[in-house]
Amino acid sequence: MSGSKSDDYEKAIHSGGGVASFEVRHRDPLERLHHFLHSYPPAAPLMVLAASLVVFGMVANNFFTPFNFSLIIQQVTVIGILGIAQTLIILTAGIDLSVAAIMVLSSVVMGRLGVTLGLPAPLAILIGFAVGTACGALNGFLVTRFKLPPFIVTLGTWSVFFALNLWYSDAQTVRSQDIDATAPILKFFGERVGIMGAQFTYGSFLMLGMFGVFWYVLNWTAWGRAVYAIGDDKEAAELAGIRTDRILLSVYATAGFVCAVGAWIAIGRLGSISPQSFYEGNLDAITAVVIGGTSLFGGRGAIFGTLIGAITVGVFRSGLKLAGVEVLWQEFTVGVLIIVAVAMDQWIRKVSS
Amino acid sequence: MSLDTSMEPLLSARGLTKRYGRVTAMDACDFDLYPGEILAVIGDNGAGKSTLIKALSGAVQPDDGEIWLDGKPVSYANPLEAREHGIETVYQTLALSPALSIVDNMFLGREIRAGGFAGKYLRKLDKAAMRRFAREKLSELGLMTIQNIDQAVETLSGGQRQGVAVARACAFGSKVVILDDPTAALGVKESRKVLDLILDVKKRGMPIVLISHNMPHVFEVADRIHIHRLGTRKAVIDPRRHSMSDAVAMMTGAMEAPPDERTEDPPPN
Repeated sequence: MSGSKSDDYEKAIHSGGGVASFEVRHRDPLERLHHFLHSYPPAAPLMVLAASLVVFGMVANNFFTPFNFSLIIQQVTVIGILGIAQTLIILTAGIDLSVAAIMVLSSVVMGRLGVTLGLPAPLAILIGFAVGTACGALNGFLVTRFKLPPFIVTLGTWSVFFALNLWYSDAQTVRSQDIDATAPILKFFGERVGIMGAQFTYGSFLMLGMFGVFWYVLNWTAWGRAVYAIGDDKEAAELAGIRTDRILLSVYATAGFVCAVGAWIAIGRLGSISPQSFYEGNLDAITAVVIGGTSLFGGRGAIFGTLIGAITVGVFRSGLKLAGVEVLWQEFTVGVLIIVAVAMDQWIRKVSS
Repeated sequence: MSLDTSMEPLLSARGLTKRYGRVTAMDACDFDLYPGEILAVIGDNGAGKSTLIKALSGAVQPDDGEIWLDGKPVSYANPLEAREHGIETVYQTLALSPALSIVDNMFLGREIRAGGFAGKYLRKLDKAAMRRFAREKLSELGLMTIQNIDQAVETLSGGQRQGVAVARACAFGSKVVILDDPTAALGVKESRKVLDLILDVKKRGMPIVLISHNMPHVFEVADRIHIHRLGTRKAVIDPRRHSMSDAVAMMTGAMEAPPDERTEDPPPN
């Protein structure tokens, strides 16, 4: 509106423009970049991933091979799945420190029932799914009913689930050959298919499929919109007519279910079922989400950002290894990435007025 | 506009009472809103305006008294139920999700689902229909100069956000819109636009309850002014018969309303 640019009060009143008009402003390049990154949350992590691919392609040997890429995908499969669960929670402005513990507990249940006790494997898997979903629902119940902070709730249940898993498994690993003998279907997602020299597992495909499913759910259903609205401003969402506690409970339960699916995939990935596995999976999942550009303050981010975040971590680890850098520098670099990602998020969330 | 008060009130209340412990926030309060009018509710801080408004919008359940909508007694357990009956409230905080788009915000909690298999089993939203509807509603209120209906609400100015919240309140077959101090946080120009918007909404036949602290705004748009003091309605005055300082004096108890506008007997001396 030409008139609304004027500071003259009378003129502004009688400019005849719409009630709340959109002012076209000229943006400088930095503002444009800001606006772009703000509108497309996965854009920044995608740029980081692209840049890291270029750099490692130049400095590391054998980096740009189909085999190496498929290896990276295999390595990030389990963390990717946990990242989906974590993204759902973080979008609601929560955090779930117990995702990996839920996953390991579910896998232990599947192994104990299917292998040690000899239940039919599909039944063992279903019970594993139910256990994972119940664990997630317990988190959600504590968060919504007792209004406890998600950080504290899941810090507590992390220990609780981990202890239960040691108790139920007797701290024993279910060996690979025992799984093969009694319930080989537990290792289904570890099977590989070769495509042009690359080796993909069925688990990798399931992970990608699940990202697609949750992209759809978050963007094309009312439930997905509610997840964003709750993370953005819970009170506003409540006043707008969303039953926030009911949705939150379902988000935690869904995350638990996703972790249980991750359990089945993890059995295939490891080949055995160890109660001590993936102890750092919780933090790795948060790392993937954060590097993927989802805001820890909730309401902002995209599910595919998490996939990009997980792959970025995989690319850094693989690239540094192939470049002959010591393992400790992998950890160092991932740490720096996290800090840079959160700093970027802070900047992006500031809307230029 | 002279108001025909021989009509039935659209929304009314009798004897609403609400106590919080020993404090009586609302004391046998009456309320009447007639079709097509803008009724301003004014009162000093702590007079109990917001308790009254919350009771009307379902956020507070009165201990005593009755509310009628369209001549029928109603009671709401929560704001959602009030909304289902057609009472829409635009809160001071607007209840918008800043990171979501204008369309998403308009349909928050009442999204349109697509038809067919995708809608029924995959719960897919009909985004095209939602965009169309939102665009239509915004243009009806002269708000379509907002060019991109998919832009995030946080990129809008305060007045534009108010516009989106008001459009949302008017869009879904509502009968009454309650506006809680809509110009409180706005500058002069933006306030002007919001007042125009309120008059626009009125022109479309929607009755409005306007809570405001800003006397010039109240006197500009209101048809009648409900004066709230000590937890109850003391008078309903005609803004054309009184000055703003009179209204403030009645609000604070320094002056009594003329007998024909009084709705409660003056306290005995």
